[in-house]
Amino acid sequence: MARKTIRSIPQERAFMPVLDAQERATNFEEVSLGFDEANALVECERCLICPEPACIPGCPVEIDIPGFISKMLKKDYHGAWDTLTDSTFLPAVCGRVCPQEDQCEGVCAVAVSGGLEPVAIGRLERWLGDMAIEKGWKNESHIEPNEYRIGIVGSGPASMACAADLAKAGCKVTVFEALHAPGGVLRYGIPEFRLPNSVVDAEIGNLEKLGVEIRCNTLVGRLFTVEQMLDEMGYDAVFIGTGAGYPSFMDIPGENFNGVLSANELLTRCNLMQAGKFPNFDTPLEIGRKVAVIGAGNTAMDAMRVSKRLGAEEVTCVYRRTEAECPARLEELHHAMEEGINFQWLTAPVEILGDSNKNVRAIRCQRMELGEPDDSGRRRPVPIPGSEFEFEADTVVYAIGTAPNPILGQTSDIKLNKWGYIDTDETLATSLAGVYAGGDIVTGAATVILAMGAGRRAAASIRDYLGIRD
Amino acid sequence: GFPIVARTDFSRTTFLLEVEHPQMARAARPGQFVIVMLDDHGERIPLTIADFDREKGTITLVIQAVGKSSREMQSRCQVGGALFGLVGPMGIPSEVSDAKKVICVGGGLGVAPIFPQARAFKEAGAHVIGVVGFRSANLVFWEEKFRSVCDEFIICTDDGSAGIKGLVTQGIEQAIAEHGDIDEVVAIGPPIMMRACAEATRPHKIKTMVSLNPIMVDGTGMCGGCRVRVGGKVKFACVDGPDFDGHEVDFDDLMARLQRYRPQEAEAMEQWLENCRRLQVEEVR
Ligand SMILES: Cc1cc2nc3c(=O)[nH]c(=O)nc-3n(C[C@H](O)[C@H](O)[C@H](O)COP(=O)(O)OP(=O)(O)OC[C@H]3O[C@@H](n4cnc5c(N)ncnc54)[C@H](O)[C@@H]3O)c2cc1C
Ligand SMILES: Cc1cc2nc3c(=O)[nH]c(=O)nc-3n(C[C@H](O)[C@H](O)[C@H](O)COP(=O)(O)OP(=O)(O)OC[C@H]3O[C@@H](n4cnc5c(N)ncnc54)[C@H](O)[C@@H]3O)c2cc1C
Ligand code: SF4
Ligand code: SF4
Ligand code: FES
Ligand SMILES: [Mg+2]
Repeated sequence: MARKTIRSIPQERAFMPVLDAQERATNFEEVSLGFDEANALVECERCLICPEPACIPGCPVEIDIPGFISKMLKKDYHGAWDTLTDSTFLPAVCGRVCPQEDQCEGVCAVAVSGGLEPVAIGRLERWLGDMAIEKGWKNESHIEPNEYRIGIVGSGPASMACAADLAKAGCKVTVFEALHAPGGVLRYGIPEFRLPNSVVDAEIGNLEKLGVEIRCNTLVGRLFTVEQMLDEMGYDAVFIGTGAGYPSFMDIPGENFNGVLSANELLTRCNLMQAGKFPNFDTPLEIGRKVAVIGAGNTAMDAMRVSKRLGAEEVTCVYRRTEAECPARLEELHHAMEEGINFQWLTAPVEILGDSNKNVRAIRCQRMELGEPDDSGRRRPVPIPGSEFEFEADTVVYAIGTAPNPILGQTSDIKLNKWGYIDTDETLATSLAGVYAGGDIVTGAATVILAMGAGRRAAASIRDYLGIRD
Repeated sequence: GFPIVARTDFSRTTFLLEVEHPQMARAARPGQFVIVMLDDHGERIPLTIADFDREKGTITLVIQAVGKSSREMQSRCQVGGALFGLVGPMGIPSEVSDAKKVICVGGGLGVAPIFPQARAFKEAGAHVIGVVGFRSANLVFWEEKFRSVCDEFIICTDDGSAGIKGLVTQGIEQAIAEHGDIDEVVAIGPPIMMRACAEATRPHKIKTMVSLNPIMVDGTGMCGGCRVRVGGKVKFACVDGPDFDGHEVDFDDLMARLQRYRPQEAEAMEQWLENCRRLQVEEVR
């Protein structure tokens, strides 16, 4: 077979249906519907199967992308999925939520040297992940049990990946989660229309099939400490993946008026507690007519699109930089725009205004312009004098980032860095012997795939620490 | 689930549940709370750990039925049943200082939660003056329990049917007048009562700790819904508290924020009562 060239491959990306923007903005159905088999195969045709693929190092867990695509082309879907799962534990999740344009797809040769849209690697990955869930595939035929017991704190993607690898290595793994349902941000943060709960449930089910025990309603640090897990409860090693869920506010006047809330609160009420189905579910959530969301990352996009779906008439994004710096996944930004979200770029809030009942009535902002680059190389926004203006809002949502959860720091001697994140060495070992950490609680808010990669790296280190060999 | 092993009804609105959770009974300290879910459709509601028994492996909750979730608990939680969710202990335990003489004040739903603190001060060797407030004599509970850990015990009732007639602040003033050397006051109850206690002690410059009860969701520091203003700074009551210096707390802010979901709470209550009525009618048929 002749080698494929840019000119011989399908020039356009294969078709993937999405729900109509007007219609979907009123419900929680998944927006991107995924490929069908025929379209998945057309998309596979677009991969050049590069001899030195740029996409592999572009993926934080170095999935053998041309490898799995080649198998797909031979319709060896199970084999393709095996290749995927050599590197990732959550293909159906990462295929949906990875910021592919900054990772694998951002460096794909089809785009970089061919000038076309990159191969839709994420969508292919999702397609295989969904097929595996549907068919109940697994790739662990036999686990040889050993005598080691591992305790894992938190049940987000970092913890799930660490638990899976250690269970496959034969350890008895118990995951402790503070909330009443597992999954971390995948459960309480990312909404149903982007990542259906059924997908999260399936991935958790796979963990349980590996023999991992998941104990919800368990706040580690308060019910028992990390030190007690090692000294009294008989765990040989501990992994901490508690995330960075502590929401930040800005300390501008008016932040405590009713109607001001964090994106985490809004999303938790809606996703974890099903407030959209109030009063059949007991947790209330009041979304006004006019919602202002501060920030433009994935969390902000989710908060805006959820607000819209809960009936807000006007949803405005307030972001102090420009669209070019917007940290959200490109697809989410586009979907938000299609759904009619207003964007106020180069705008920063200075005060939230309330009425006599201490309810929010408006937000005062100022316009910004981009000045000199800061330490991160991004041009720093500076306020334009005299540019202040007000607009009406009855709900103001903060999505400007998070700080580390403080509970483990309050209750254990584990060493934290100056920002309060857990300090680790390159093996992800913490200052406590036998205790490893990874994910957002080490790096600060990042991505699902990075958290998952960290969980796997910690699992490898824990195996070394315990002397477990294949 | 988490098995309910005992229940006592103190009045038409106040009831006690003892729930089995040996690990929590071991870990619990005075001032901490739990979050409870009645069933998988329920909301997460915070309740103070009013007592714990390490030998029996149980924790005790005293609940005032005020709205849909607490009333539904009142009607459905029976011995032999179980709670769907129970997580804790949460929050920073109360600091049992080395105060020599303390007043422990409880009013309304704060009467039960003040008990473990009074006991802890007693065990630490302090002279403990208990002050509790009820609307009237028939609502009084745990009198003997309090007397067993208090050196002095003052009951205040709104109608004077038991103890002194008046609010807990009158009990505090009486105790301060009798003792010139009170080191600390600890007050738990509705915000308006805690504010009054803080105002009663402010002129005497007596350290006054209060336990704040803002609206919570997760109780783990993740949502920020429980934020309160203390000394001009924003704190999350679930992880930075729930105890704070009463002279520094912005009670107006707390009280306004507690109103946040009033219309929805009324709606939930309405619908629940309606469903109850319908069920009764069906039963009669
Ligand atoms: C709204 C939102 C949207 C996002 N969208 C994307 C996206 O599209 N793509 C992407 O790649 N990334 C996205 N992210 C980021 C991504 O979700 C996180 O980087 C990732 O989930 C971090 O994983 P983690 O395992 O470190 O922690 P988390 O997912 O935060 O999980 C931590 C878990 O630990 C539990 N926990 C905390 N403390 C304790 C304790 N003391 N005891 C027991 N349990 C505890 C928590 O309850 C939680 O369940 C998004 C984040 C948010 C908030
Ligand atoms: C740390 C803490 C400890 C508490 N300890 C006790 C206790 O020991 N015994 C007791 O009876 N009550 C206690 N409460 C209050 C109790 O949580 C509320 O009364 C309960 O949530 C009301 O729920 P509902 O659905 O029955 O009533 P609703 O009608 O929904 O609410 C009645 C009022 O309770 C408050 N409230 C509503 N939802 C919440 C929530 N999720 N979190 C906090 N407050 C809420 C609001 O001010 C509301 O107006 C405590 C609260 C906190 C924060
Ligand atoms: S895991 Fe994410 S970055 Fe890696 S190949 Fe899949 S979509 Fe790309
Ligand atoms: S860089 Fe693009 S074209 Fe090359 S192997 Fe990777 S996905 Fe295929
Ligand atoms: S209850 Fe959510 S942060 Fe305190
Ligand atoms: Mg309620």
